[in-house]
Amino acid sequence: MRISQLFKIALYSVWSNKIRSFLTMLGIIIGISSVIILVGMGAGAEKEISDQISSLGTNLITVSLTKTATIDDGDLKEISSKPGIKAISPQISSNNVNVKAGSKTSTTTIEASNAAYAEVKSYTVSSGRFISDRDVENRYNVLVIGTETANNIFGTANVVGETMYVNGIQFKIIGVLKSAGTSTTGSSDDKIILPISTAQRILQTSTISTYYVEAKSQAEVDTAMSYLKMFLNKKYGINNLAISTTTDTYYRVLSQTSLLTTATSTTKSMSNMLSGVAAISLLVGGIGIMNIMLVSVIERTKEIGTRKAIGAKRRTILAQFLIEAAIVSGIGGLLGVLIGYAGAYISETFFATSIVISSNIVVAAFAFSVIVGLIFGIYPADKASKLNPIDALRYE
Amino acid sequence: MSEISNNDYLIKINNVEKIYKMGNGTFKAIENVNLTISKGEYVAIVGPSGAGKSTLMNIIGCLDNASAGEYFLDGVDTKCSDNKLAEIRNKKIGFIFQNYNLISKLSILDNVSLPLLYLGYTNKAAREKAKSQLEKVGLGTHIKHKPTELSGGQMQRVAIARALVTNPQIILADEPTGALDSKSGEEVLKILEDLNVEGNTIIIITHDRDIAEHAKRLITVRDGHVTSDEMTCKGATA
Repeated sequence: MRISQLFKIALYSVWSNKIRSFLTMLGIIIGISSVIILVGMGAGAEKEISDQISSLGTNLITVSLTKTATIDDGDLKEISSKPGIKAISPQISSNNVNVKAGSKTSTTTIEASNAAYAEVKSYTVSSGRFISDRDVENRYNVLVIGTETANNIFGTANVVGETMYVNGIQFKIIGVLKSAGTSTTGSSDDKIILPISTAQRILQTSTISTYYVEAKSQAEVDTAMSYLKMFLNKKYGINNLAISTTTDTYYRVLSQTSLLTTATSTTKSMSNMLSGVAAISLLVGGIGIMNIMLVSVIERTKEIGTRKAIGAKRRTILAQFLIEAAIVSGIGGLLGVLIGYAGAYISETFFATSIVISSNIVVAAFAFSVIVGLIFGIYPADKASKLNPIDALRYE
Repeated sequence: MSEISNNDYLIKINNVEKIYKMGNGTFKAIENVNLTISKGEYVAIVGPSGAGKSTLMNIIGCLDNASAGEYFLDGVDTKCSDNKLAEIRNKKIGFIFQNYNLISKLSILDNVSLPLLYLGYTNKAAREKAKSQLEKVGLGTHIKHKPTELSGGQMQRVAIARALVTNPQIILADEPTGALDSKSGEEVLKILEDLNVEGNTIIIITHDRDIAEHAKRLITVRDGHVTSDEMTCKGATA
C-alpha cells in the first residue's frame, strides 16, 4: 500500500471523529502553545536585560571601593595611561536632591564626575555642552540637565543658559542631555550632572567610592581589568598571594560583560524552568494521545480484522495507526503554534510583555509534537497490528 | 511429496490438525482432515456449530495456520509468515462473511477498492476497477453510499464485489445468507451460483442443509472430522 493512501486513510479517520480528535489534540495544543509563549517570554526578558546592559556600553568597567582610599588626580592620570584603558571617571551620586527654578521644585538625582564621564557613560548633549576639565578645576556652579528634570521644573527642555537652584545653591545650565528613555531602574532622563569638585562641596563629602573606566575596546576589557586590579592591590598594599580571598573586602571591579553574564544566566535558568514545565504538559498531551489511540484500537478491532482478512499486512496496520497518531499530534502542534503566536501577540499588545519567538523554537516544538505522537502511537499501533484477524473478526 | 502433484488441485489438505490452548489443557478443533478441491468446484462445508467448520474455514482462508499437517493452496505451501499469509489472503482468497464486515465509515466504493489498495493499485485504478465490480452486482448507482445506508442484501452484494475485485482463486463464504431474509438470501445464492458457472471456485460454510444443497459437493464435518464427502443432486446432474 502506498504511503499517500495511508495518509488519506488516517486523515479520513481523524476527520470522521472530529470532536474526539480535537480533544486528543488539546493536550498537544496547550503544550506547544505554552512552550512557544513561555520560551518566548524568557527570550524576551533576556533580550530586554541584555539590551539595557549593553546600552550602558559594553566597554564599561565599574570599580567600587569598599574601603576608602585616596586616589588623586595623578593616580587617575596613571590609570588612564595603562594599556587597554581609554578613560577613567570618578563618580559621586546622590538621590533626592531638591532642584528649583522659578516657583517650581522637584527632586532628582545628582551624578557628579569629570569631562571624560560623557564618553565613559556614552552620554551626549542635545544642546549646549558637557562639563569640561576647567569646570572641575574651578568648581564652577554649572550643570548638565536631563530632559525629564528640565521638563519638570521649566516645562521645556530648551533651557541652556537658564539659572536653577540645587539644594538652594544657584547653578547655571550649560547643557541638556539627549533623552535615553526609560529602563527598569527608572527614567534615565531624570538627573543632573555636576562637576565632581562642585558636588563634593555642596554634598559635603570628599570620599569617592565609584569609578567608571572605559576600555579601549570590548576585547581589551580583561586586560584593562587586570591592570586596574594590579593598581588597586598596590594602592591597598595587598599581598598578591592572597588576592582571591581578600580583595572583595577592599574593592570590586566589574565589567558590563560580567553583569550581562550574571543577568542572562538568571533569565536563562528561568526560561529553562518554564520550558521544563511546558515539556511536561507536552508529555501529558502525548499520554492523552496514547490513551485515545488505545481506545480507538479496541473500538476498531473489527475494522482491523476486516482489513487484515482482505490483505492488510501487519506493517500496513502499524503504519496506518502510527500515521494517525502523528497526524493528530501534528495538527495539534500546528494549532498550538498558531495559538502561541496569537497569545504572544495579545500579551505584547495588551500587557507590554516582551516576547521573542525564534523560528527555531517553532520548528522544534512542531517537530517535537509529531515525535511525541509517533512515540506514544507506537504502543497502540503495535497492539492493533498484532491483532489476530480471526479474533478481531469475531469481536463484537 | 513433490509440488507438481499438488498443483493438480487448487486446495490440497493433508492430515491437518488444529489444537487450541484452553486454559491449562488443549482442545483439538479439527483432526486428521484430508481434503482436495479442484478449480471450478462449488463446495459446501456443513456441520453443526462446534463441529470445527469455522476452524477449517480459517485454515482454508489462510486466517490461521494449522498446528500440524500440510495445506497447499494453488500449489503453494501455506506454512509461512504472517506477511505472506496476508498476501495470499489479498490475492487468492475472497471472503464473504455472515455479517458482511464492511468498514462502516467508508463509502461502498472505498470498501471495494480497499483490497486493491493493499495490492498496490493507485487510487484511480482501484476505484475504476471497484466501480465496475459494483456495477456487476447491481450497485453501480450506490457507490457513494455508506454501508449503513444499504439493506442487508445490498451489503452482502458489496461484500461479494469486494471479494471478487482482486480476481481470487477461491471465494470463501461463511454463512453468507445467515443474516438475510430468504429473498435476499436467494439473491446472494444466485449470484454465487452464477459466479461458479463463470468458472469461479466457491466454498460455502453453513450449518443449513437447504443452503448447502445449492452447492455441487457437500462436505460434512462433525467433531473435528470430515464424516462425509459427496455430490449433491445439483452436482450429480451437472
